[in-house]
Order: sequence, then structure tokens, then C-alpha cells
Amino acid sequence: MSNGARMRYLGGTAVVGAAALLLTACGSGGGDAAEGGSSGGDVTIEFAQWWEPELPDGAFRELMDQFESENPGITVELLSGPYASTKEQVLAGAAAGTMSDVVGLDGAWVNDFAKQGSIADLSALMSEDGFDDSQLVSQVQVDGSTYMIPVVNFVYPMFSNDDLLSQAGVDTPPSTRSEFADAAEAVTALGDNTYGWVLPLSLEAPNGVQNDVMSWVWASGGSMLEDGQPALTDNPDVESGIQFVADLWDAGVVAPGSFTMKEQDKVEEFTNGRVGMMIDSLAHVTTIQESNPDLSFSISAIPAEDGYTGERGIPYASWGIGVAENSEHKAEAMKLVEFLMSEETNAELSSIANAFPGNTESVPDFVEDNELFATAFEIYQDGYPANEFTGLPVAEELMRQLGEQLQKTLNGDQSVDDALTAAQKSWESEF
Amino acid sequence: MFTSHAQRTPATAGASRATGAARTDGAPGTGGPPAPAPPATRPAWERLKRRLTPYGFLSPTGVLLAILMLTPIVMVIWYSLLDGVITTRNSAFVGFANYTEVLTDPVFWTAARNTLVFTTVSVVAHFAIGLGFAMLLNTPLLSHRVKAFFRVIYVLPWLFTVAIIAVLWRLLLNPNGVVNYLLGTVGLTDGQTEWLANPSTALAAVTFINVWAGYPFFMISLLAGLQGIPRDLYEAARVDGATPFQQFRNVTVPQLRPIIISMALLDFIWTTQQFALIWMTTGGGPINATEMLSTFTYKLAFSRYEFSVASASAVVVLLASMVLAFFYVRHQKARD
Repeated sequence: MSNGARMRYLGGTAVVGAAALLLTACGSGGGDAAEGGSSGGDVTIEFAQWWEPELPDGAFRELMDQFESENPGITVELLSGPYASTKEQVLAGAAAGTMSDVVGLDGAWVNDFAKQGSIADLSALMSEDGFDDSQLVSQVQVDGSTYMIPVVNFVYPMFSNDDLLSQAGVDTPPSTRSEFADAAEAVTALGDNTYGWVLPLSLEAPNGVQNDVMSWVWASGGSMLEDGQPALTDNPDVESGIQFVADLWDAGVVAPGSFTMKEQDKVEEFTNGRVGMMIDSLAHVTTIQESNPDLSFSISAIPAEDGYTGERGIPYASWGIGVAENSEHKAEAMKLVEFLMSEETNAELSSIANAFPGNTESVPDFVEDNELFATAFEIYQDGYPANEFTGLPVAEELMRQLGEQLQKTLNGDQSVDDALTAAQKSWESEF
Repeated sequence: MFTSHAQRTPATAGASRATGAARTDGAPGTGGPPAPAPPATRPAWERLKRRLTPYGFLSPTGVLLAILMLTPIVMVIWYSLLDGVITTRNSAFVGFANYTEVLTDPVFWTAARNTLVFTTVSVVAHFAIGLGFAMLLNTPLLSHRVKAFFRVIYVLPWLFTVAIIAVLWRLLLNPNGVVNYLLGTVGLTDGQTEWLANPSTALAAVTFINVWAGYPFFMISLLAGLQGIPRDLYEAARVDGATPFQQFRNVTVPQLRPIIISMALLDFIWTTQQFALIWMTTGGGPINATEMLSTFTYKLAFSRYEFSVASASAVVVLLASMVLAFFYVRHQKARD
């Protein structure tokens, strides 16, 4: 073969390759979530969530195997990934119509997915099944219909470094705001780079606004909403809560680096014994104990306004569950939801996740054999789960907007009133 | 790697060879007996085949580019003209309304200004440090072993992924971190500076991190360029009585100019797109101090779910990048 002919032959081969590429690309249309479906009555349902990686190895699969043995003909395929990517997957899946049948949800996403029409109305599915929803601790609703059921809840109490507090002359963890402010000042006065409190206000992961700022408002029975609408202004509860945070800041008792600090940085500061108190998820207890076995710490309810005697709202985060609107196996998906919410399964899942159950009847194992968790369970039962960001539109963005205004206030650029007015305005435009 | 004479990509080289002097040996294309073809049409068919051959070679790349690049770009441009894509089932065509919304948002202009500062300072510093280190590694005054050791040291930042760089510098610049400890120890600061968390230092801090992470790319390219400069040019300059500085100004810089311009344009394009580093260190904060066009667009899409407005913002960034890309391509063509 001559050089020129060989060139042309190779060129032709390349064209064939290109055509194959093109056909492959065209032929790889997304399969429906409901594939593997109905041959011989067997159904495979996909379950996308971030829970499996956060549980002991194999524990979640075991639960699914149990479900499969109780429900012959239904197979559960777990699609597990990190929390952040689950959100984006669900969002993209909803847009492309390839969302998994059952999805793990965070309360902050529910409103957007419900508006998008990507997750199914669970109220209707529950009534079809005759499922008794009175056994559920809570339900996340949009326009009066349930779209997410919290399977387990992680509460956010106050953690205190007992050694630092006793060095500062504080014998018991503070239970009111003024006690807290005094304790924080006393710990900061110890010097040597220790601070009374730690406040993560990163704009990348702005959940500090929910867990570390708004929690002060909820702990005193306050609310940032009125009839489901933003009520940051003309609201003494919110104002006093935010003002309290600003006063702590001005008093210099907050650990440095707040404006770019994330949740894990906060936990690290506490674990390293540099801060006296923090508000944090119970899910981190094990991490703290493993990282610093010598740290002696206790947990208690978030301090309330002086003189407040009502029930205290306690912030929480959930592993929520929902069903895809585009699922062709809603009935089977609902069976899985009901299985996870049943008294026995829910207690088991709570135990392995170190979380509180979403079923009112379930009692997790750890409550009996772990003093810390027993205390937390008491706090949980004495108060009420409060997280007003759950179910709001673009919840994370709302936190970011308030966080940004709060940063301006703490930076000395504006007053607390200005911050709340600006945040109210931007929140209203999102509702 | 980079030399100051013209380069050709394999594709164009192949194409120019394939379309070069026409061979008339008439060898059949398949090794078998020649296919009986009407003599009148055969030369025309052969000519066509010869003309199409280079495109045949280009076709796999062309198809890949169309699938992986062109389609998403066209989709994003189309999205930017619709209202509420992805989050609503039926999007309406709204023309340039999304562009108006983006361009009238004051935060967009803050982001544009920050991006310009961040990019300009990064590119200039990348060039200055890269050239400095490249000349150190090219000096005849040090032994090969010493230079090899420093080459490894200097290139290290390039080996880390962005995620590692972000985590590393967050730790180093933490108020309780190593940097503050060292500066506090020597008495330069009080040892409590919040480098990334203070609105007045955050932009400088992320720019510094980006400079640290990016100079080896310049350094390696310029080192290759330096090693390609013929020695006799320097000898001739010395014979003419040129000082080392004059040699640098009149021999080194002109010889490196094509590389410098190419690298600077490429770096400018890349740095305007920098997202991960900013997102993982400051998230665009504190307040808006380090908000870039990339973080601004990301937040529109994945925090506010306003995919149409985010697409418009992305198209604006694309247009700005295309202006730079135009100059880059023109410069490359001029070199060829």
C-alpha cells in the first residue's frame, strides 16, 4: 500500500471510529429509574441517599436485606454518595426525569423539590396505604401536603468543656443567656488563646446561621416566621437573639476566624480544648471522643433568655425521606418508607446512627447505656424540635443572605437592625 | 516543550502532509486488485478522497468536541434565554431579561472587579516568580545536582490538587495556624491575624495562595524556553560588551517573548475561571470580599436554583474568555 493510500485508509478508519463514538453517545440515553422493573412481577427500586457511608460498614445494607426478605419481589438498589453530591444528583435527576424512586432528603431542599414537582405528595400515598401518620415525630410540609418524613433526627444541644469551665470558676453549664455570657467571658479571661464560644459563619457552608445563630432564638421559644413568611423585622425575639450574638462578638469572647469557619472547624476548635462552649450536633460526640479521649465535656440545653420558662426549641437536622414523582413504583417505594418508619426498624436505625427516632414509639438502644445520649434524649423530650429553615424555599441561600448581613454587622459596617432589615428584604424576594 | 520556532499540532501536521505534494503512483487503496472504475471519474474520486482524508483524521476529535463541548455550550446559551429552566416544567422564552438581571446586579460587578484584581495580580506574580526561579534553575553557577534538588522543591505546589491546596492553606492561615505563629514569633504581627476571615485581607490571601499554586507552570515553561536559547547569542552579546542585565534585556526577554505572551494569555483565561480554590477557602466571603464571577455563578445555580440567570452569567464569562482566546489564537497564528 502506498503512503497516500495508507493515509486515506487510516482516515477512513478514523471516520468509522467517529461514527461509532457518535452512535454510542446517542445510544446512551439515561435509563429510567424504574428499570429492571417488571419482569415476572419483580421490582427493583433505587434508593439514593448519603446515609450508608455515614453508618457502620454494611449496617444499612443489612436493613435493606431485611426489607427484601419481608417483601419478596422487591429489590432495593442503594445509590450512596456524600451529602453534598446527593443534593446535586437529586436536583439533576429531577430535571432529567431520572431521579431514584426513593431519595434521602434534607429539610432545606424540600420546598424547592416540591415546587419543581420532582418529589411526590406523601400525604396522598400514606392515605392510600392507610398508614397511620400519628406515630411520626414530624412531617415536612409544603402548602399543607407532606413531602418529606424525617427518618431520624440529629439534635444540636450545647457542648461544654468541663475542665475549661471549672478553671474559669463556672461549676455548672449555663442555662440562661446572661450566665452564658458570663461563663464565656470567664473562659476567655483564662488567656492562652482560649475563647468562650465558637461561631462558624462561613458563606460556603452557611448552616452556622441555622445551628449557631437562630438556635438562640428558638431556644427561647421565638420564631423567625409569621404565617410561613419571613418575620425578621419588628420581631423582638429575633432581634434580641441576634443582638445577643453581636454582644458576645463585641465582648471578644468568640474564637477568631468566624467569617470563614465551617462546622468541622468549629468541632476541631472544641476538640482541641480551645473553646469553652459550642452548639453542635450530637452526631459528633463519637468523633470528639475518638479525637481527644482526655477531653471531659458535657451537654445541656441551649441557654434561654433570662426568665424564660416555656418549652425550649432545640435545633435539629434530619435524614429525611421522599419518593420521586417520576417513580413507576410508588407503592413499593412507599413500602420501603413505611418499613424505615416502623417502630422496630426506626429504633434500630437510630441506634446505629446515634440519632433520635422519627417514630414516637421507638426507643434507641444507646439511651440506656450512654449517659451523654440519655441526657440528650431528655433535652429532646423536654423541648421541641425546632428548625424553621426546614421546608423554606432556597433554605441554604436564606442562611447565606442572613449570614452575609450578620458578617457586615459584626464587622462594624451596620447595626443589628440594618442587618435584619436587609435580610428581611432579600428573604421576601425569595418567598 | 515550548520553543520559539513555529509549532504544529499533530493534526495540522498530518493534514499538511496528507494534502502535500500529490503522489501519482496510483497504488490501490486496499492491497487487492484495483477496483474497476470508469476512467473518467476515477481521478475526480481520487482527488476528493485525498481532500477528505485530513477531515477523516479530524473526525473523532470533532465528534468528541461536538458532544462534550459544543452541545453543553449551546444548551447553556439557550438556557440563558429562557425563564426558570430545570426548576419549572415549562420554561418561557424571555430574550435578554436574564442578562439584564445579571448586569444590573451590583454583586456581579463586585465579583467582576475582584476577578480582575485576583487574575491580574496572579498572572503578573506567576510570571515574575516563574521567570526568577527559571533563571535560578538555568544558571551555570550551580551544579546539576543542586539544580535538580531545587527543581523538585520549586515544582512541588504544582503537584497538589486544588482541594489539598485549599485545606493546606486554610490550616496554615488559620488564626491559630503556623503562619501566625511564625509572624508572631518574629514580632511582625500580633500573631492573631484572621487572614482569610478578615474582609480587608481575604482577597490578598486567596490571591497569594493562587500565586503559590500556579507559578511552577510558568517556571517550567520558561525554563524550557531558556534552555532553548542558543549560547552563541550570549557569546555575541558578551563580545559586544553587554552587561548581564543588557544580555537579559536584549537576548533573554526577546527570545522568551512568544512563550511569555502565550503563557500569560492562557493563565489569564484559566485564572478568571478559578472556582474551587475560592470556594473551598472563603466561599466568596467574608461579606463579598472574595466573590468571583465563578462563585457568583455557582451560587446562582446551586444555591438559589436560578439556572437561567446563572446561565446568563456563565455566557457573559464565556464571552469575556473568548475575547482573550481570540488574542491567544491570533498570537499563535502570528507565530506560525
